[in-house]
This record gives sequence, C-alpha cells and structure tokens, in this order.
Amino acid sequence: MINIKGFFTKWRVAFAALIASVAVVLMPQSSTAEYADVVINNYADAAGMRPAVFPHWYHRIRFRCKVCHADLGFKFKAGGNKITMAKIIDGQFCGACHNGEISWSVENCGMCHSGIPGTPTSIHGSTIQRLVAPTYKALPKDGQPAPSDAPADAAPADAAPAEAAPAKAKKK
Amino acid sequence: MKKINFATIVAAGLVCFAAGALAATEGATKDSMQLKPVKGEEGKVSAANTFNRLLKKDKARNLPPPEDGIHDADNEGTHVLQPPLVAFEGLPKTDFGNYVDWVQSLQKGFLNPRYDRVDPTVEPLVMDLDIVREVKASVPDVVFPHKPHTQWLHCSNCHPAIFIPQKNANQINMSAILLGQKCGVCHGKVSFPITTLSCKKCHSKPKPDDWKPPLSSASVKNPWR
Repeated sequence: MINIKGFFTKWRVAFAALIASVAVVLMPQSSTAEYADVVINNYADAAGMRPAVFPHWYHRIRFRCKVCHADLGFKFKAGGNKITMAKIIDGQFCGACHNGEISWSVENCGMCHSGIPGTPTSIHGSTIQRLVAPTYKALPKDGQPAPSDAPADAAPADAAPAEAAPAKAKKK
Repeated sequence: MKKINFATIVAAGLVCFAAGALAATEGATKDSMQLKPVKGEEGKVSAANTFNRLLKKDKARNLPPPEDGIHDADNEGTHVLQPPLVAFEGLPKTDFGNYVDWVQSLQKGFLNPRYDRVDPTVEPLVMDLDIVREVKASVPDVVFPHKPHTQWLHCSNCHPAIFIPQKNANQINMSAILLGQKCGVCHGKVSFPITTLSCKKCHSKPKPDDWKPPLSSASVKNPWR
C-alpha cells in the first residue's frame, strides 16, 4: 500500500510538470515583428491561404504615404480596404504596383501571404493593441486553425470582415 | 520502484524542456538587465533579487521575418523577404517604433521615396506652417509642424475628413488619440508611437513663465477656498 501511495505522489509531480511545460509552450508568444506591420486576414484563412503581411517600413523607404493613401485610395484602417486578389489583378490597391512593372507580380503568392495561419487582422505594435486588445498568439503549427478562432481573437472592429469571409467562400 | 524512478525522470525531463522553451523565448533579453547572482550560504540564488523584476523584458529589435512572430517560417516566401536591419543601416535612430527616425531620414536625404507612383521626379507640395495648440494641462503646448507631414502626405489625407482646416474647429484630446482618432489615425499605428518616450515630440513648446494651472470648478465653487 505504501508503495502505491508513493507511486501516486510521484506521478502527481510528473503530471504537474507536464501541465507546467505545456503551459509554458502554449503561453502567448509576444510577437517581435516590425512596428506597423499589417496582418490582413479578411478572407485569406477562409480561402486556405496564409494571411497577407504588409510591411509599412519597406514601402515607406520607396514611396511616401501619399502615393498609396491619397492616389491609390487605401484607407487608414487595417483590413478596411476589402482587398481581394481579383481587385489586385485588376490593377487596384496592391495591383497598382505589384504588376510586374513597378514591382514583382502576383505569382509570388508566398511573399505577401506569409503570415502565421490564424493571425487576425491587426497592425503590429499599435497603441490599441498594446493598451486595449489582448495580444494574439500563434496557433500550434500542426493544428489546423478552426475558422471560428479568428473572429474570437480579433478586435471587435475586425469581426465583421472575418464573418463575411465564409459567406463569400460559399458563393464560389 | 522502477516505475517511481521513471516518473521522476519524466518530471525532470519535462521541467528541463519547459525551461529550455522559456530560455529560447527570452533569450533576447539584455545582459545589462540581469543582476549577477548572489550566492548564499548554501549556494542558492534568490530569484527575488533580480533587477527590475516586474518590468517587461526588453524585446529583441528589428528581427528578420522568419523570427519576428507574425511571419510563418514554414513558408518559402518568408525567407525571400528583406530583413529590416539590412534596410535600416545608417539611418538616424530613435527609441521607439521601428527605431528609425523616418522624418530625419527624409530631411537629411538618406531616403528619397517617390511622391508619385511612377514618376520619380515629382516633388512634394511642402507647406512650412507650425500650428500651436495650447494645452489645458500642465504639459508643454503642442506644436504641429506641417512641414514633415506635407513631405510625406497630401493635404487630402487629413483635410477635411480628420481635421477641419479652421482654427478652434477641432476637439483633440489624448484619449481620442490613444483610441485611434485625430492624430491617432496614424500616430500609434504607423508613424511614431505614443509612448512615454515620445510625448515631447508633440508637446514641445514650454508653457509661458506666468502660466498657472486652471482651477477646477469644484475649487472655484468651494466657499472655504
């Protein structure tokens, strides 16, 4: 009997250690991405693509804000432009430059669609993200992101486009 | 007995694994933030004595895309992307945001981004006009410089949707800015962030010497004042 009791206490320790190690691994990883990197996940996850990541710093070195935000009509809102690949191929939004003439063309899918699956639409390092909204965490690599996960993590303003995405997929 | 030993080994292994994972995530902390361990009589080290133990750890700056936490390292395209530090070399530095002073970079000629999508010769329409906004609180008054803003942006980006181009027509406060309105449409998202390090970027004009803080209405009404 004494041996069995000892057996259970030891395994209790092992179990606690298991919980602790899992907790550490699953703990929200603080992201160290570049300030103002925009993750755009309006439709990507629902369409089975990685979310697109837009680095402001890279584009700012080459173009002033005015070019995209005044001439091309990009709104000052992450995910607020409802960009689709159809619009890009049509020469709108990203497609104004990413057309093989000013910059590389749309066949380089992975260079934009390079975000970790399941990351909600957000601007990295924004004040609201730091002060109000909970930090997002990366999903485990082997687990497939459930479609319902993204809106739950996203900021309230971003919930609507995420919900609209499955509806669009059905139409197709 | 053999089973008991196995359990302890499993426990120890898991703890080591967890510690390794933690060390990997926090490996980027500065050495200067860590105090040299003080060894007690039995050689134990107290974790309670670490310097600034409740402060956030300094995060690693300007990591390359595969390590930055939002790019998927399993994606081939991620490894084609330019690491930020390659581009930021030689640019003036700041302590926040991208850790690059973008306005200085532009004004000193380190960068010459296009003002037009296709024509690199188009010059921006620059207006050099400082707007002073007196602030009720005791912090320095705000000076809004049109010059750096018009170097990057077009009038139509701010006027009239975000700011009405008329004196005393715009109600601005820090709460609105922190929630992403007015200046906060850009500042705190893409242009320099709102941290305790960057207050003085806007609040830059000291109050006049005879300035006194306004009395609150409760104070004015107080008969025993």
